[in-house]
Amino acid sequence: MARQRTALFALAITGALTLAACGNGTDGNNEPDGQAGGETLVVGSQDYYSNEIIAEIYAQALEEAGYTVERDFRIGQREVYMPEIEAGNIDVFPEYTGNLLQYLDPETTETTEDGVYAALQEAMPEGLRVLDQSDASDQDSFVVTKAFADEHSLESIGDLADVEGVTLGGNSELETRPYGPQGLESVYGVSVDFTPIEDSGGPLTLKALRDGDVEVVNIYTADPVLAEGDLVRLEDPEGLLLASHVVPVVSERVDDEAAEVINEVSDALSAEDLVALNAKSVNEEAPAATIASDWLAEQDF
Amino acid sequence: MNLVEAFRWIADPGNWGGTSGIAARIVEHLWVTFLSLLAAAAVALPVGVLIGHTGRGAGVIGAFTGAFRAIPTLGLLTLFGLLLGIGLAAPMLALVILAIPSLLAGAYSGIHSVDPTIAGAARAIGMSPAQVITRVELPLALPVLIGGIRAATLQIVATATLAAYTADYGLGRYLFAGLKTRDYPQMIGGAIIVIALALILELLLAAVQRTIDQRVTRPSTREKLGSRHG
Repeated sequence: MARQRTALFALAITGALTLAACGNGTDGNNEPDGQAGGETLVVGSQDYYSNEIIAEIYAQALEEAGYTVERDFRIGQREVYMPEIEAGNIDVFPEYTGNLLQYLDPETTETTEDGVYAALQEAMPEGLRVLDQSDASDQDSFVVTKAFADEHSLESIGDLADVEGVTLGGNSELETRPYGPQGLESVYGVSVDFTPIEDSGGPLTLKALRDGDVEVVNIYTADPVLAEGDLVRLEDPEGLLLASHVVPVVSERVDDEAAEVINEVSDALSAEDLVALNAKSVNEEAPAATIASDWLAEQDF
Repeated sequence: MNLVEAFRWIADPGNWGGTSGIAARIVEHLWVTFLSLLAAAAVALPVGVLIGHTGRGAGVIGAFTGAFRAIPTLGLLTLFGLLLGIGLAAPMLALVILAIPSLLAGAYSGIHSVDPTIAGAARAIGMSPAQVITRVELPLALPVLIGGIRAATLQIVATATLAAYTADYGLGRYLFAGLKTRDYPQMIGGAIIVIALALILELLLAAVQRTIDQRVTRPSTREKLGSRHG
């Protein structure tokens, strides 16, 4: 008898929870439909703080130009939001040329800035296009300390060929990636030793670089640490590392005027700017909207 | 399926040779385990024996070893890495701290569990405190003390994979490299070898402990002690 009552109670609880979950789901889905229509443009973003800042900049610039903007931020990874964009639910989305191209065309061999952009324009699905790519990027890069770069007058990765005993530090998968030690050797004639440091360019990697335990590390070009001024990113003219610049993906609902507004943003957003914006988010924990409006004010939009 | 692939990976003779082959990695792994254990024992055993002998600070032992056991080793490793830089020093220090509680507890409770009347008798026949420790208490405490070493060894050998977090060292390399490149046979194969090492060391130390236990506490002695208390 007691057991039966417990079972009934459990059933009731489960039922209530299920109903509550359903309720939330339908509420969430109904909202965008209700507000859509007219001149409203939907701006989306990845679930990544830096991407959200860029999306917020697009949104505020569009609002400044008289458009009504709806924000649909932090949608998650590419596998989740690309179908949404293709279905026409999102009109403006900040993307990255190289990564997006590899998503749309896994077979691609393009790695340089211009090659990737040209191929990406070809690879865009029906009804979508990319606007101008920005100078700002978020991609793998090889970084050395400024002192080391000055000592050996390094500008590009190829300049490392004249330096003896260089050690590359990074996650262990870097050792076998095409842009790892083998790629450095075959593309630039640079031979390096490899030391695994498993924190993905985090504090241990930076400590090892600044201590001189390793001379070169793999850090993302938008990493706020690059704002600290003691590190130098080596240029990659041969495209050993996949170029991945900030680029807006837009739907057909984005007219020429709106495209012009976003292109102005892309044109003004330099690589240093993006690093500085990210640093502001990480170091000062400023919200994306504040960071975006401050930057737009600086640029006289 | 990955498991079958993993055993195939281990069985492939091509994976065993060279400076980054399985054989070399096992030697590295055992070496870092041994060194960490030695350093931890040098700190923890004398302290544990002294506290067990004098009874002073016994209350601290429980709190101290409990708190130490709660420290996450990977966090500790990152902390030491930021202080000491990359290389073997940081992971070894983290492993030493991992091993200290077991060793300390083993040494302390081993000495502490020696019947105080035996130590009293030893003093009564004119032994110095040092002689009481080395000739009476330590031999009697040995089975429990070895138990502490056994527990510490098991912890270190299983955690020494973290040496590969900041250095090109040990069996952990297979785990990190396999995970990041989705080479799961390699990752699971590396894990299986670590498990095998842990089991072999555990069986060896258990045998050592049993032998010493039989030698130290002869059944006749134990019976007499037991009847006195009971």
